[in-house]
Formats: sequence, C-alpha cells, structure tokens
Amino acid sequence: MNNASTWRILKTLMRRDLAVALRRRSDVINPLLFVLIVVTLFPLAVGPGPDILGRIATGVIWVAALLSALLGSERLFRDDFLDGSLEQMVLLPAPLPALALGKIVVHWLLSGLPLVILAPLCALLLKLPFEAWGTLMLTLLVGTPMLSAMTAVGAALTVSLGRGGALLSLLLLPLFIPLLIFAAAAVESTLVGTSAYGQVVLLAGLMLLTLTLAPLAVAAAIRVSVN
Amino acid sequence: MSVVIETKQLTSVRAGRTLFSSLSLQLCAGEILHVEGPNGAGKSTLLRIIAGLLSPQEGQVLLFGQPQYEDPELWQRNTLFIGHKPAVKAELTALENLHYQSQFDGAEDVDAWHLLETVGLLGLEDLPAQQLSAGQQRRIALARLWYSTAPLWILDEPFTALDSRGIKLLHERFQHHIDQGGALLLTSHQPLTWSGERLQKIRIEPHDEALGYE
Repeated sequence: MNNASTWRILKTLMRRDLAVALRRRSDVINPLLFVLIVVTLFPLAVGPGPDILGRIATGVIWVAALLSALLGSERLFRDDFLDGSLEQMVLLPAPLPALALGKIVVHWLLSGLPLVILAPLCALLLKLPFEAWGTLMLTLLVGTPMLSAMTAVGAALTVSLGRGGALLSLLLLPLFIPLLIFAAAAVESTLVGTSAYGQVVLLAGLMLLTLTLAPLAVAAAIRVSVN
Repeated sequence: MSVVIETKQLTSVRAGRTLFSSLSLQLCAGEILHVEGPNGAGKSTLLRIIAGLLSPQEGQVLLFGQPQYEDPELWQRNTLFIGHKPAVKAELTALENLHYQSQFDGAEDVDAWHLLETVGLLGLEDLPAQQLSAGQQRRIALARLWYSTAPLWILDEPFTALDSRGIKLLHERFQHHIDQGGALLLTSHQPLTWSGERLQKIRIEPHDEALGYE
C-alpha cells in the first residue's frame, strides 16, 4: 500500500467535497437555522421563566442537534451515488474505509463544528447558567463527530433506496440515545457543582470507538450499494 | 501479445436471472473487445465485474494473470472504468472537475486547459457542469482518457450523448491507446470503425432459463 498516494487521494476527496458544499451553501446553513429556530420556539412555548428554561436548555439544544443531523443526512452519499462518483470512489487505489473517514470529517466540519460554535448563542437564548456553557460546548465538540459518523453509516446503508429519509431517521435516532444521556448528564453535573469529567471522558471514548468502527461499516455499506 | 485480462468460467446471476454462465474471454495488449448484446443482456454487469465493482457468482477474473482479490490496488491502478454515470460533479465547473479527477488519477502534470481544448470545452470552463448538456458532461468524464496511463480501459457505452465529432475524436484516442499497447473493453450500440485482428467481438445473449429465488 502506498501511503503517499492514499493521503493525496484523501486530500483531493475532502477538498472536492468541501468545494461542492460551498457551492451549495443552503445545505450547510439550513440545518443550523433549524437548530436556532427550534431553540427560539421553546421560550415561546414553555414561557420565558429562567427556572424552567435553564433546566431544559441542555436537552433542547441536544435534541435539536440530533434532529438537525438527520436533516440533509440523506444527501451525504446520495449525490455521489446518483452522479457515479460513489462507484469511482470504490475504484480509487486507496483503502475505502480511509475515504469514508474523509467523508465523515468533511460532514463534521460542515455540520458539527458550526453547531459547536453556535452553542453559546443557543445557551444564551435558553438562559442556560453561564457556568455550564463550557461543558455544553465540550459535549457538543466530543459528541458531534459521533453524530456525523453514525449518520454516515445510516446514509451509506440507505443510499441505494429511493426514499430512505424516514427509514434513516428510524435507524439512527435510537443509536443517538447513549450520546444524549451522557451529554445531558455532563451538563447537569456542572450545574449541580460537581465535575463533568467522567461523562465527558466516556463520551470521548464512545466517539473514538465510533470513529474507528464507522468507516469500516460505511465502506462495507458503500460496496453493497454500488452493486 | 501479452494477455491483459482473462475471465474464467464467469457466471453472473442477478435478481434470480442468469445473465451469463461459463463466460471465458481473453483480451491481449493492443486489442479491443467489443461486448455486444441486446438491452438487459448483462453487458454492463460483465464490465462492472471486470472493473471490480461486482463479484461474479462463479468464476474468476485475472489481470496480468493475478486474481482480483489478491491485490485490489494493482487492479485499481491498472484499470480505468467509466460507467453510465459520468461522475461529474454538477456544482463544480468543467475545469474544477478535470482538476480533481486528474488528482484522483495521480496525474500530476496535467494541463487542464489543454485537456479542455482537446475535448472541445474551451470557453465553457467556468460554467457549473449542471448547466452543460449531457454530451458536454460526457466529454468532461471522458477527458480522463487523454492523460490516463492505465493499460486497460473499461468503457460502458462511451459514445452515449456524443455528437459525431466527439465520436470521431474518441475513436482517434482509442486508436492511439491500442497503438501504445493498451487494451480496451467496451460496450456500444454504435458501430466501431475498426476491423481485422485487433477488434474482437463477444456477444451476450439473454438467457431464457430463469433460476428463480431460492
């Protein structure tokens, strides 16, 4: 195996995907707007009192993040599948799991990272106490790569189905439950004044496990899909 | 002449239907193999098996005498497959598409402008590919052939959507490729201009015998 050429192909793939995504900015911006709108709807629905809002803030932000991850997740491999890039990707002289990881990283850069940056604004809108902002951002930073990786597995599995959107949501949402539990628990610990270290480390461990295994699953699913 | 690709007793069953069974063929350097057959006979399937996208139910494919599973990278470096779908990114311009494609193919010193001129897309380089016609998108995809050093080209209906000038251009390029000792495997409903020893034909007839689901 030639590492230099694998690296070159991986870089080209990521640069091309970023270039394509930047030509279609609405696909990147819409999920973020969705999160913002969901977050602004809650004070209207449950009342603007800081006691309620502050308590549900973490949950709302995280659930909005999960749902936004599903928005447009279908597109992750759909366009590549339709225009034939996916089969060319399989034929590239580079390990397919490495390329799948590249796709996951690009997806995270365009969906997960902006969410982390947006988190303080969401926290402010929901009156999350200031001392928990750091933990919230940390859980998002550690948790969103996992979202991207699992979304990629689901998207690769459903790419050859005509309308995989609803199926994809049903497949993925249950898998997000551990993520949601630990992320909410971490912020909760900070709020009651204890250390969130344990939960964040657990989340980081889960993230590493997902990022290691997901590319293999994505590669296998792509091979089946291009058949 | 050295054998580039060889299939031994290939059998492919798709959706319970036998497309072909015990198909053996040989393609030497400097030869063209034209796969013929009616729609749905399994021409594309055969090409995708040889390209390594599909695996056959039975039989094996050898590239330079080596089976596929032993060294997939050798396979990927020595073959060039262009299927029905052009693999052209609709959001990117022709120039960008060529640039990324040549990077993927490891062709560092490709002059993308020259390539654009060769395939007749000069002047359209800064339009997103989605605004180009099917034939023009096809030309972007086929531009790979002008820098490719892969000894085996596998082309599924390369002439689709091309105008007569494009077809002529492609024929010239094919001629150059086989003169250089390359091999070419293609399907096409267009008649080819070659004759004689260098052009082989193989015909896949639809099987009537259905296996049924098990």
